[in-house]
Amino acid sequence: MKYWTSISFILLLVTPALAEEVALHGFVQGNYAARITGEELSGPEGGDFLLGEERLQLKLAVSSQGAGFFLKTDFFRDAVSRTTDTDLREAYLDYGTGALDLRIGRQIITWGVGDLVFINDIFPKDYAAFFSGRPLEYLKIGSDAMKVNLFADLISAELVVIPFFQSDNLPPSQRFFMFDPFPGVQRTTEEPRAELGNTELALRLYRSLSGFDAAVYAYKGFLKTPSMRPDDPVSPIQVTLFFPRLAVYGASAQGNALGGVVSIEAGYYDSLDDRSGRDPAIPNSMVKYLAGYQRQLWTDFTAGLQYYGEYLIDYGPYRDTLPLGFPAQDRLRQLLTVRLTQLFLYQTLRLSFFAFYSPTDQDYYFIPEVRYSFTDALWGAVGANIFGGEKETTFFGQLDKNDNLYVTMRYEF
Amino acid sequence: MRSITKYRFGIMPTLLVAVLSPVPLLAADGAEIIKKSQAAFYEAGQDMKARVKMTLMAREGQQRLRDLTMLRKNYPASEQKYFMYFHSPADVAGMTFMIYKYPNRDDDRWLFIPAINLVNRIAAQDSRSSFVGSDFTYEDVSGRDLTADAHALLREEPFNDRKVYVVESKPIGPAEYTRKLSWIDQASFLPLKEEYYDVQESLYKIFTAEEIKDVQGFATIMKRTMSNVKTGHKTEVVFERIQYNVGLGDDLFSERYLRRPPEKWIK
Repeated sequence: MKYWTSISFILLLVTPALAEEVALHGFVQGNYAARITGEELSGPEGGDFLLGEERLQLKLAVSSQGAGFFLKTDFFRDAVSRTTDTDLREAYLDYGTGALDLRIGRQIITWGVGDLVFINDIFPKDYAAFFSGRPLEYLKIGSDAMKVNLFADLISAELVVIPFFQSDNLPPSQRFFMFDPFPGVQRTTEEPRAELGNTELALRLYRSLSGFDAAVYAYKGFLKTPSMRPDDPVSPIQVTLFFPRLAVYGASAQGNALGGVVSIEAGYYDSLDDRSGRDPAIPNSMVKYLAGYQRQLWTDFTAGLQYYGEYLIDYGPYRDTLPLGFPAQDRLRQLLTVRLTQLFLYQTLRLSFFAFYSPTDQDYYFIPEVRYSFTDALWGAVGANIFGGEKETTFFGQLDKNDNLYVTMRYEF
Repeated sequence: MRSITKYRFGIMPTLLVAVLSPVPLLAADGAEIIKKSQAAFYEAGQDMKARVKMTLMAREGQQRLRDLTMLRKNYPASEQKYFMYFHSPADVAGMTFMIYKYPNRDDDRWLFIPAINLVNRIAAQDSRSSFVGSDFTYEDVSGRDLTADAHALLREEPFNDRKVYVVESKPIGPAEYTRKLSWIDQASFLPLKEEYYDVQESLYKIFTAEEIKDVQGFATIMKRTMSNVKTGHKTEVVFERIQYNVGLGDDLFSERYLRRPPEKWIK
């Protein structure tokens, strides 16, 4: 008895001194998506269901005296592939002192001012998740990285060092109809090896400039979506998926103007492995830019518009070396997006609509969604991913047969 | 010589009258009362830290909670900066929200979404929008521009054993109310009650201050309610652990702390 009393006494003394903040949160989620076009792929995962999963996420955050760690782990059952798995979404350590912050570990990083359009955000993304109606946060994948922030009045800096390559997650051909220039050909993937020389570097310098949040960016690393190189251009037996080297230099600004929020961003994509533009397997250098405008038109209704362009440098060499029969992309690819959001019932009911439309590719992608918060803890969403286009070879046009309806229900704690 | 005499007997009596006038006559200006009321309500101290618990109650009895830490700092020329950290509900836990508030122009608003580590600007044109789904608007939380309404003192009367000014405010531009009546305590200048009338001249929203306490010499509304008499929905807000002049630094209101809220301030 006396022993326990002294232990409690010590605990009472120690706990306030450490002042450790411990928070455990998470959710349980059901998430299902079914193709509604009636089209089916062969193979066990080629049926109507693009997604069928139950998921538990645990988030543990501990911090004291400027130091801390954060863990976000998912445990899930994929009912389409009949597998059960875990996914370490984020796991990092934090330290902050004076004008310096340090974060080491697997972390999600989001840069730039585009809404679902990315220029200077070269961090990995999961398009398979996005196209099958998983919640927005699953569009981003963590990077195993070290991040250093330096803060000063004149300018602040964020440096990200990524030694371990992580590619984008593209829709798998077992579940999605996708354009394949080499149908039926066997393929291997060559990812950049975990070597010091392959370490990716990303730098962001930012400050406030006459009321605008201004930033400049520089990146050296790799394209996150693979390029394809056949062993023989005429009758290939094998196709190699590889990730060409890439450098990006860009800038962005966002602020209040014209009665709303104005965003602009641009970036130069320097195709380091194909500066001449004559290698048909590697995307040529290009300039990407966007302008966006967001405004509250009436109470609880917000509209956002974006115009995005991709301008291909060295278009001549691109056309000259494009293999016969391959679809050619335009010199300037343009994309318009619209986001409409209306809240009802004390913001518990949200109707939203997002549309991509490309006047140059003549393709589109619409995402209507209804989301309702039943209680503070439980919400549900029903939505659709509708793709289409004139051609089966454009970005959204190739997904035409994958129109799907999705349902998400989540209990958060 | 003549001109000096003129000064003596012409101007001086006017000045004397002005100086000796009793206070109520000076305060008779509705705008002046509202200005003092806003100062007492939204600008007390150099800065402020509070834990705010909002309970949203539907007519059917369902309740939703919003638990946040609010930090506020005053700047010259009536500018203010707000930093809010959400503790609950779970789907917004860890989110931070920052407002730079300017008189007579749109606020700057930023929202940090931890799930994707994104800091984004939020369009802020409609300050009459609901704050986090409650019956309070953004303006109810951080104050409305003084010049957005025409204010008139209607009368003085007793209210719950206190002497109050009753001020009528009519929006100059478009707003969802056409008329607001405020019962303002003559001692503390805090609003004890407000009534909002719509286009049909019918009462639809009532604000009441249920509990006022002296905190470090500042009269502070510790508990307030906004009721929508048409929908039966109401929101009760309780300020807990409120402190003034805690010494918030300017650097707190920055992207750095939006992304990594300082544990010292948000507890």
